Amino acid sequence: MTAPVAAPVATRHAYRDWLIARMRNDPRVICLDSDTGLFTGADFGTAADRYLDLGIAEQNLFGVAAGLAHDGWLPYVNTMAAFAASRAAEAVKIDIAYNRLPVRIAATHGGLAAGHLGPTHHALEDLAVMRAMPSMTVLVPGDAADAVALLDQAHDYDGPVYLRLGRKPTPDLPPAPPPRIGVPQVRRDGTEVCLLACGPLPTLRVLAAAEALAATEGVNARVVQVHTLKPLDDAAIAGVVRGCTAVVTVEEHWREGGLGSAVAELLASQPGPRLVRMGVGDMYVSAVGSQEELLDALGITAAGIARAARSALRPGLDSPLFATF
Amino acid sequence: MTVLAVPATGRTTATEAEAAAARIRHHVVDMCAGGEGGHLGGSMSCVDILSVLYFDVLRVDPDQPHDPGRDIFMLSKGHAAIALYATLAERGFLDPAELAGYGRRGSRLLGHPTRAVPGVELPTGSLGHGLALGLGLALSARLREAGRRFGPRRRTYVLLGDGELQEGSCWESVMAAASTRADHLVAVVDRNGLQLGSPTERICPMEPLGERFRSFGWDVREVDGHDHDELRAVLGTAPWTAGQPGVVIARTVKGNGVPAAENRIGAHYTTLSARVAARAHRDLSLRKAS
Repeated sequence: MTAPVAAPVATRHAYRDWLIARMRNDPRVICLDSDTGLFTGADFGTAADRYLDLGIAEQNLFGVAAGLAHDGWLPYVNTMAAFAASRAAEAVKIDIAYNRLPVRIAATHGGLAAGHLGPTHHALEDLAVMRAMPSMTVLVPGDAADAVALLDQAHDYDGPVYLRLGRKPTPDLPPAPPPRIGVPQVRRDGTEVCLLACGPLPTLRVLAAAEALAATEGVNARVVQVHTLKPLDDAAIAGVVRGCTAVVTVEEHWREGGLGSAVAELLASQPGPRLVRMGVGDMYVSAVGSQEELLDALGITAAGIARAARSALRPGLDSPLFATF
Repeated sequence: MTVLAVPATGRTTATEAEAAAARIRHHVVDMCAGGEGGHLGGSMSCVDILSVLYFDVLRVDPDQPHDPGRDIFMLSKGHAAIALYATLAERGFLDPAELAGYGRRGSRLLGHPTRAVPGVELPTGSLGHGLALGLGLALSARLREAGRRFGPRRRTYVLLGDGELQEGSCWESVMAAASTRADHLVAVVDRNGLQLGSPTERICPMEPLGERFRSFGWDVREVDGHDHDELRAVLGTAPWTAGQPGVVIARTVKGNGVPAAENRIGAHYTTLSARVAARAHRDLSLRKAS
C-alpha cells in the first residue's frame, strides 16, 4: 500500500497556519483582519490579544496598520487583493509605503482566483499598483511551500511587503530548491525560448507548454518562475534570458503593469530577445467560470503558451489569440 | 484659572500657551507672506487648539521626540502644516529661524508635514488618513501595556478639519475606534464651518455633528475653540469615559486673528502681500494688547 499523497494546500491557508505559529513566538506580530473569515476558529493561544478584526473598512485597516508599525509592531494585514490594491491603494501608498513601514499585506483571491465571483473580486491590477510604489516588495508564491519559504524570508524585511495569495488549492509545483526573494527560479533548463511565469497556474501551464514544445517540435524551452515582481533587477532578468532568442511572459494579470511590463522595461534598455507578453487583455473577465476555466478561455493554456513561443521564435506566425467576453 | 493638565515637564503654564498662540499667529502670517503662500484660514483657526495641546496637555519632550511614553499628536488636516511648524518651533522642536525657509528650495518645511520635521509623527495632507493612524497608535499603547505598567497610558490626539469629515474613511475609523473601545484616542474637530470653496453646510450639511459622533458611540464635548480655559478643561482631562473614544468639537473662526481673513472663503489658501501682511501683524498686536 502506498502512502497517501497529501492534497495541495491553498497558499492563503498555508499563510494562515504560518502566521498563527509566528504570532506565538514573535511578540511583535499583530494580525489585522477585515472580516475575511480566514481566521475563523483559529487558536492564537497566548497571542489572542494580537488578533484584531477591524471589519469591512480597508482604508482604516491600512491606516491602523501604519500607526501600529510606526510604533514598532509588525502587522500582517488580511484582505482580498482587489481591496488592498484598489480600494485602499492611497492608504497603502501614503500611510505605509511612503513611510517605509514594515506592514505585510496578505492579499487573497489574487488574479482570477475568485473565479465565478466576477470582476469586482478579481485582482488583475494588483501587481501593477503595488509594483509602482517605492519601497514595496511584491511577492507571488507559486504554491504553499513557496508561500511559507517567502514568508520566512520576508518576515524581517525592511519596508512593506505585498504577498499575492490564492483562494482554492492549486497543484503543488514540482520540487525545486527553496525560492530566494529577488532571484527568479529556473524550473526547466532550455536554450531557445525563455518562458517567464508568475503565479501558480501560469507556472504550471508554462511547464506543460515547455514539455509540449519539446515533444512535438523539439523546441527546448527554458522555464523561469518569477515569484518576486519587485525588486526585479536588470541582472536577474538578463541572466535568465541569456542565450534565448525569444521571451514569453505569462501571468494572471492584465498585460499592463505586471510581469510582462516589468520584463519589457528591463529588456528595453539592452539588445536582446523578442518579447511576447501573455496575460489578460484589455478587458474585464465578466463570465462564469472557475479560475482554471477563465484562464482557458483567455488562451493562457499550455497550448496557447506553446503557440506564443513559436510565434516569438519565428516572427510572421500568428500572434497569440485572446478570448473576449 | 485652573490648570487641569499635568504636563510631563511641569514647566509650562496657561499664560505660556496664550503667549505662544500670539507668536504662532505672527509666524503663520509671515509664512503666508512668503513666495508660495500658505493655508492661512485653516491654520489660524486651529492655533489655539495647538497651543493648548502643546503647552498644557501633551506629554512630549522636544529633546526626545521619539520617547515611547510620549503622547501622540496627529495633524490629520495636514494643510494646516504652517500652524504646526510654528507651534513646534515655539515648543522647542525646531529653531524658529527655520520657519523663514518654509516652502523654499531645500527646506524640510513642505506645504504638508513630513517625518523630516522633528515632532511630526507621520505625514498627512490627503484628508481622511489621520484618524486611522491615530487609532493604530492608540491601540499600540494599549497592547504594549497588556500585562505590565509604565506610568500613565499614552493619549493620542488627532486634529481633523470639519470639511475633512466628508471623507468616508474618517467614518470607517470613527466606527473602528468605538468598536475597539479606544478610550485614549481623542479627536478634535476644528469646526470653522468653511471648506475650500464654500461653507460646509452648503456643500454637505454636517450638523448636528455632536449627535453624529454620539450615535457612533463616541463621548462628545463641544467648546469654543479659541477659549484656552475651555480647551484645557476638555483636552487635559481626557479620557473622559472608560471604553469610549472622545471627540472635542471646537467651534472656531477660519482665519481667526486676521480680520481681513476671518470667515472669508478666499482666505483658505493665500499669498499675503507685504502690505496686507504688515496690516495683519498690526491687527494681531492690537488684539494682544486688548
